Amino acid sequence: MTAFRAPPKHHEGPVEWVRVHLFDGVFNSILTLAMIALVVWAVPPAAKWLFIDAAWHGAARDACEGVSGACWPYIGARLGQIVYGFYDAGERWRADVVFAFGAIGLAWLVIPRLPRKGWVGGMMLTLYPLVAFVLLSGGWFGLPIVSTERWGGLLLTLVVAAVGIVASLPLGVILALGRRSELPVVRVLCVAFIEVWRGVPMITVLFAASSLLPLFLPDGWEFDKLLRALISIAFFNAAYMAEVVRAGLQALPKGQYEGAAALGLGYWQAMIFIVLPQALRTMLPGIVNNMVSMFKDTSLVTIIGFFDLMGTIQAGATDLEWASPNVAVTGYIFAALIYWAFCFSMSRYSAHLEEQLAEGERR
Amino acid sequence: MKLRTLVLGLLAAAAMAVPASANTLDNVRKNGFLRCGVSEGQPGFSNPDAKGNWTGLDVDYCRAVAAAIFNDPNKVRFVPVSFAERFTALQAGQFDILSHNTTWTMDRDVGQGLEFIGVDFYDGQGFMVRKSSGITSALQLKGATLCTQTGTTSELNAADYSRAHNLGYKVIVYQKASEYIAAYDAGRCDGATTDRSGLAGDRLKLKNPADHILLPETISKEPLGPAVRQGDQQWGDLCRWVLFAMVNAEELNVNSKNVDQMMNSTSPEVRRLLGKEGGFGQELTLTADWAYRIIKRVGNYGEVYERAVGTGTPLKLPRGLNNLWNKGGIMYAPPIR
Repeated sequence: MTAFRAPPKHHEGPVEWVRVHLFDGVFNSILTLAMIALVVWAVPPAAKWLFIDAAWHGAARDACEGVSGACWPYIGARLGQIVYGFYDAGERWRADVVFAFGAIGLAWLVIPRLPRKGWVGGMMLTLYPLVAFVLLSGGWFGLPIVSTERWGGLLLTLVVAAVGIVASLPLGVILALGRRSELPVVRVLCVAFIEVWRGVPMITVLFAASSLLPLFLPDGWEFDKLLRALISIAFFNAAYMAEVVRAGLQALPKGQYEGAAALGLGYWQAMIFIVLPQALRTMLPGIVNNMVSMFKDTSLVTIIGFFDLMGTIQAGATDLEWASPNVAVTGYIFAALIYWAFCFSMSRYSAHLEEQLAEGERR
Repeated sequence: MKLRTLVLGLLAAAAMAVPASANTLDNVRKNGFLRCGVSEGQPGFSNPDAKGNWTGLDVDYCRAVAAAIFNDPNKVRFVPVSFAERFTALQAGQFDILSHNTTWTMDRDVGQGLEFIGVDFYDGQGFMVRKSSGITSALQLKGATLCTQTGTTSELNAADYSRAHNLGYKVIVYQKASEYIAAYDAGRCDGATTDRSGLAGDRLKLKNPADHILLPETISKEPLGPAVRQGDQQWGDLCRWVLFAMVNAEELNVNSKNVDQMMNSTSPEVRRLLGKEGGFGQELTLTADWAYRIIKRVGNYGEVYERAVGTGTPLKLPRGLNNLWNKGGIMYAPPIR
């Protein structure tokens, strides 16, 4: 028989927390100190540049001349263009309405307590794009036409990203299923599609859509440049999405397919009720990763002459009205903040979704 | 890199293949507006302001073409296009005229299916250095380090000049105008070099613009002008004579303010310009008062120059070579007769 021993000491309190979490051994202690040094080295100068030394008021370049920090009045003066591009000033309410409905719809889908998610989701995928298109481009109900060359700024970035993201997922699923199909023609077509689009850089695709395609089309067949870009972005991303989906499909144990077949489910039934729901869950991080990178890739449309968020900021930096040393940097930082806000929310939401979907496994 | 070569090759092949449409003027009339390919932001030449209006010399030229055709300078759609894409986009028919700060070179004129219709700005590459360096001539740049922008002729010109004068300076290239000028400002280079018009604008982005000077040497010829697709003579003629009309108007002292009085002028040259004599407008399939419309709605060349890049603007570019031939420059237009 062994002697009784005292129970292990229960550690508590902030000092103990710091010891356990930050100074747990030599390596971690060095790492912690290095991180503290990095923060001390980087944050105060950044804050000084962004806030203390920055110019806050003014209407032209003299406001920022000789100022050693950020030039915020420039962002203020350009804000309309950064958000809407060259969208006619009197018609910007239409973009606002589209933004507002988009935000409400998304919030509805994201906030767990709200009911009728399926119904709202269906509306967002069918009615909303239609209404958004009619509102933004005009031509119906007495709305003046705003040609797509005038769309720009954050509006254009969101349009491109939304179309790319929403169209690429279903296309990607179909392509992935096609690639795993037992019908040789379908399989070869899907493989060819995926590999061709994945084998070409996005810049080339955009160039081809904007410059080469009109040369090959017969006279009078020309269609809108933005539409050409949107279609090519959707196809391009669908090819990538297809590979993510295929990975998810392959990760699923074969027993699931066999089980579905044993129950007498046909191909589509098995896919929709058994395979895809499970596969999509494992794919979620990959899909969101794709969406985040797609959101940032939208900035490539600047090279074919669209002024998206990045494009308006770059064009603004060349404006002589505001020519001063820190204008360009201020613009880029502002753009980075906007991109970050969107991408970070996407990844947070996906983390939340994963947690929810993993509930079943935790039991 | 290979892929890029292939893509560029394909684009070039496509560019040479076909002109998109035979009769540009008919298309423009049918559309009801002119489509004008401009840069994505070049101070003084084509730049969107905070309200989204395009301003600059290249832009005003397109407005003048629209004024001649439609009597309305606002019937233009500006199509911003990148440096890399501009020639292919013109060939593909994405716009009717390219007014994009483009240097007229032999290869572009002969080899790339473009037709340059004239020169609306004589530019040339120059150097900027710090006043404190004591350098007053480009020939003193021996062994110096220069910053410039990639993808333009600047880098090649600088190398040529160095070789010709045995200067052996080092050139560092950057992707964007904002980058090379920031590097120069940070002391990375002893000097900066690009087109003089570009230097004048970029100089404003320095911390203390007054501490820097432009050296007197101009080391290259950069005649900038609009271009159209080859193979449509009628359209090329129209675009060419819009530019010539603007220059002739300045020479004859006809401007947007006095053009109405000038309609009663007895000078035969003015009368021909304003369509009182001869059928020059009709020959272009325009109205007799085509030049009146340009001058009234947009202005003569001098007015456009002053508004876009002249001494009243932040660029403060003196007329220099761009002055009229009889005022010490080389801006010269054939007569209307």
